[in-house]
Amino acid sequence: MKFEVLVEVTLRPGIADPQGATIERALPALGFEGIDGVSVGKAIRLSVEASGEAEARALATEVADRLLANPVIEDSTVTVIGAMEPAAPNAVR
Amino acid sequence: MAARIGVVVFPGSNCEHDVVKALGLFGPARVEAELVWHGERSLSGYDAIVLPGGFAHGDYLRPGAIARFSPVMEALSKYAADGGPVVGVCNGFQVLTEAGLLPGALQKNRGLRFLCTTVGVEVCSTRTVLTSETVLGAPLELPINHFEGSFTCDAATLERLRAEDRIVLRYRANPNGSLDDIAAVCNEEGNVVGLMPHPERACDAMTGSTDGLALLESLVVAATAYARLPV
Repeated sequence: MKFEVLVEVTLRPGIADPQGATIERALPALGFEGIDGVSVGKAIRLSVEASGEAEARALATEVADRLLANPVIEDSTVTVIGAMEPAAPNAVR
Repeated sequence: MAARIGVVVFPGSNCEHDVVKALGLFGPARVEAELVWHGERSLSGYDAIVLPGGFAHGDYLRPGAIARFSPVMEALSKYAADGGPVVGVCNGFQVLTEAGLLPGALQKNRGLRFLCTTVGVEVCSTRTVLTSETVLGAPLELPINHFEGSFTCDAATLERLRAEDRIVLRYRANPNGSLDDIAAVCNEEGNVVGLMPHPERACDAMTGSTDGLALLESLVVAATAYARLPV
């Protein structure tokens, strides 16, 4: 069964985020007031073949820890969006 | 016998020929420099290894993030653990931090600008394979050429780097926001060094500076010494 999984990679607290800071500084010029705490990260979508949601989450977490995030500067969060629609076995093409 | 120095080529490396050419300045009697494809699984027979600058694997995900899984990296870990001299220049430095052979990480420059200029650095440690033939405190003019060169690490790691004499070069005027002005660090033993500046591009007066020669001379000396160790 395939699961759609979202991995979000964000900079750890205390790590400089020049992209977030630049976006935040640009907001008042566009007329947006009262927005702060802008931080820039990455969103990575995976489709994971697994027997269940827990296994899909575990696999994606391992991928996130070993490759997608650098633990020195980044944190990652893994969200299982849900099971993907299986293709109909006898779909007419 | 000439010291045999391998210069690793990842898909996307682009400074490997500069390094080979700069090492060639020391003459064939002292140095034999050659390219090593990243698919190699053994580094036996090499007396030093250089990871050159460039964009290994396109710098996709993060600089060095994919390169650390190249087959050669397992051999490099073993080579480094055995005391082999290893130097990572620019992208090579990023690869070494991603591989865990050096501490910290290289982040996007403060100000988000790609920097292509010459900077002043100061030698802060002479106990490494890259600085043994330099003078402590010596000012060097070296080119930098990077977008992700801002060194960062946690407070405990920085304290350790300072206490263990592992900060090898510092910028004299910090160009990229690096923590503690760090331009180069080494491992505990001093046989693995990573630096953002490009010593290989500072080896000919025609290109502005010859201050890189003392750094490469140090590497050649280290490689020669390593070659003479009994296997």
